[in-house]
Amino acid sequence: MDTRPDESDVTQPTLGPVGMMRWAWRQLTSMRTALFLLLLLAIGAVPGSIWPQRNIDAGRVADYLASHRITGPWLDRLGFFDVYTSSWFAAIYLLLFVSLVGCVVPRSKIHWRAMRAQPPLAPRRLERLPEHGEIEVDGAPEDVLQVALGVLRARRVLGRRSGLRRWRIRSADEPGSGGASDGRSGDGLSLSAECGYLRETGNLVFHAALIVVIVAVAVGHLFGWRGDRILVTGKSFSNTISAYDTFDPGPWVDTEALSPFTVAVDKLVVTFEEQAGGAQRGAPRDFTAYTRTKTSPQAPQVNQILKVNGPLKFGGTSVFLLGNGYAPVITVRDAKGQVLMREATPFLPQDANYKSVGAVKVSAASPKQLGFFGFFLPSEYLDKDAGPSSFFPDLKNPALALGVYEGELYPQGRPQSVYTLSTEKMTQLKNAKGEPLRLLLKPGQTAQLPDGRGSITFDSVQRWAGLSIRYDPGKVLALGGAIAALLGLIASLMIRRRRVFVRVRPVGRRTVVSVGGLAKGEDPGLGAVIEDLLSAIAERTGTTV
Amino acid sequence: MTNETLAQYANLGVYSAMAVFTIAMIAFAIDLAGTAPKVSSARPRKAAGVAMMLTRLGGLLLIAAVAMRGLSVHRPPLGNMFEFALVGCMFVILVFVAISLRRDVRWLGLFVIGPVLLTLGLAITVFYTDASELLPSLKSVWLVIHVTVATFSVALFTIAFSVTILHLVQTWLESQDPEGMSRLRTIVNTALPPARSLDRTAYGIHVVAFPLWTFTLIAGAIWAEQAWGHYWNWDPKEVWTFVIWVVYAAYLHARATTGWTPRAANYLALAGYACILVNYMVVNVYFVGQHSYSGM
Repeated sequence: MDTRPDESDVTQPTLGPVGMMRWAWRQLTSMRTALFLLLLLAIGAVPGSIWPQRNIDAGRVADYLASHRITGPWLDRLGFFDVYTSSWFAAIYLLLFVSLVGCVVPRSKIHWRAMRAQPPLAPRRLERLPEHGEIEVDGAPEDVLQVALGVLRARRVLGRRSGLRRWRIRSADEPGSGGASDGRSGDGLSLSAECGYLRETGNLVFHAALIVVIVAVAVGHLFGWRGDRILVTGKSFSNTISAYDTFDPGPWVDTEALSPFTVAVDKLVVTFEEQAGGAQRGAPRDFTAYTRTKTSPQAPQVNQILKVNGPLKFGGTSVFLLGNGYAPVITVRDAKGQVLMREATPFLPQDANYKSVGAVKVSAASPKQLGFFGFFLPSEYLDKDAGPSSFFPDLKNPALALGVYEGELYPQGRPQSVYTLSTEKMTQLKNAKGEPLRLLLKPGQTAQLPDGRGSITFDSVQRWAGLSIRYDPGKVLALGGAIAALLGLIASLMIRRRRVFVRVRPVGRRTVVSVGGLAKGEDPGLGAVIEDLLSAIAERTGTTV
Repeated sequence: MTNETLAQYANLGVYSAMAVFTIAMIAFAIDLAGTAPKVSSARPRKAAGVAMMLTRLGGLLLIAAVAMRGLSVHRPPLGNMFEFALVGCMFVILVFVAISLRRDVRWLGLFVIGPVLLTLGLAITVFYTDASELLPSLKSVWLVIHVTVATFSVALFTIAFSVTILHLVQTWLESQDPEGMSRLRTIVNTALPPARSLDRTAYGIHVVAFPLWTFTLIAGAIWAEQAWGHYWNWDPKEVWTFVIWVVYAAYLHARATTGWTPRAANYLALAGYACILVNYMVVNVYFVGQHSYSGM
């Protein structure tokens, strides 16, 4: 960010195209613009927390659009449901990124030169500096200046906080300082000292590290991928695209070259809060999946425990346990008792008590295909308004509540969710009274379907583990950048850049020592440094103040 | 497994701390009201002495309450809004007492105890959550690292917020004609340090709080990577933590920008604190996200 003085009040010649570019660049990289963009970034990020986001919960976005028919589409057009991938949000952070680069590069050059340069000469009138002090001591001016030099070199004397500070000193007697004439500025001998170069170094490291973090995020976006898979206990899956329920690769991911590991979930142990009352009752307490894994088809099998907060790792790919639910084992038979389907069918939890929805699709049924749609309830009770509901997330009174449809399960072969039934080409079965047929099954129970359509049996309940598999090659770089940014930030905020000037002039046989201090930014400790310096000089010259 | 008796004792500790803080607040107020203009600064300040003593006592009671709450649930008491509020108040008092050991901050007492009392009152009535175990995703060492530092930096931001408000008030008072000021304004004007000094104090606290908040952000990202598989997913809580970070970063930039007065920059600091309040009170309760741990 440019700290050069504002030149807007200077009459300038007409700018050509190059001049315009330069002007635009100066505007973009100015501190004022950076500040404006920062605030814009903060404001721009807020809508993403208010409106549901597609990348987090596409279902809630669909619900919102369905219930806000007028404002919804407009918000959608403006990107309010994809804030962090929208063009306007990208515009803000890309401009900020450019501004950041435009600030870091020239400042690094300036700082590189400053680090190797001598501190500037003492200004003519030290009493005009923000901090100033003067004492009269015994001794000749040359000797007193040597004493001041010794005090500054001793480092540990000045100021409570300047413990390990190394002063860079320029004085008349320093070799390479440009000759003795330099020290004779004003009306006496002088020296200049500067410390705290690390402040600017830290500041630059902080800004450069932010660029690294942004690059790392981009790397993760381009080369990373995530996949989700619902895995019923007792089953296994291998890391190929076809094994995933959903797979979301970055644009530059080679989907044929995924690492060939397999994961089998043997058992899933889930505990819920039973003791506490109120909102805490039924809150999840522990999820543990007992797995068998292989890093490749030929590799030996390993037993591993997968927990929330304890992912499985396969090289750079991690397997997380993010969800769980129930998969009732359901058998459908035809009128002769032939098994048409027997499967553990995952149902998706809808609320904290795991009232779950799902569908059973029996494409082998004839003459018409059969479909069952409804709820699995781990602890079933009949709610007056909501119908069959669950009062606890664990299996206290498991039941299936299903409606039955017949017709065409997959009209025109379109892809559809396995958890819902597409009923446009299906009709609902009715009971003898002409009401929609509703089945309520407990484990082990069988219901006969009307008119010789066969039967459905609820055999048992299994659990499923919701696995999320992620690969992000940028995350180590992001962490490194973030830590470097933090260290740079601490250095730039805690270290003080200070300049101290000492001038000595003879007054009769004694010497007047005049000290001035200048700091970058706020520095409440500068006065103490000047005082310490003066009293140390007084002490070493044997003067009592 | 929770120990209800201990949890009850913890609540008792909170109520006792509140009683002690109430008296301390009154004593601080009496002390400030006793500030007479143009009287030497060496006036006896008995009320302030009593108030400081009571503040330390209240702080000890809060520490005891936090410890008992933690013991009652066998975990760090950082699992829901009630516990965040409790620990946050404890940090505010600890920081205030720590500063008071090095500097005379008796003028600040009223403006630190006031918010603490308000927060404790809200915590024990509105945010109160029964002592209970944690959600599986919260069972991690990062809970201690991330949430402790977050709460500590919020405590610092809170004190900085109070000082910033006082700075704005004092700036306004200093711009007024000292002869024509009402008695109340004169008292406030003399009781508080000069605006420049208030501004420096506020900036000094912000400068410590901001890197801590940065650490909170990074630690949270590391934990999110472990628990949810992605270090940054724009969850509402993440969004607001980021917004807070950006606003305070803007504040620090504004301090270094010519053309921005300290006063204008301080308004940004106030905006940052407003975002902290939103992050704590609105996001936890009303926004749907992975950080929905309010316990309410």
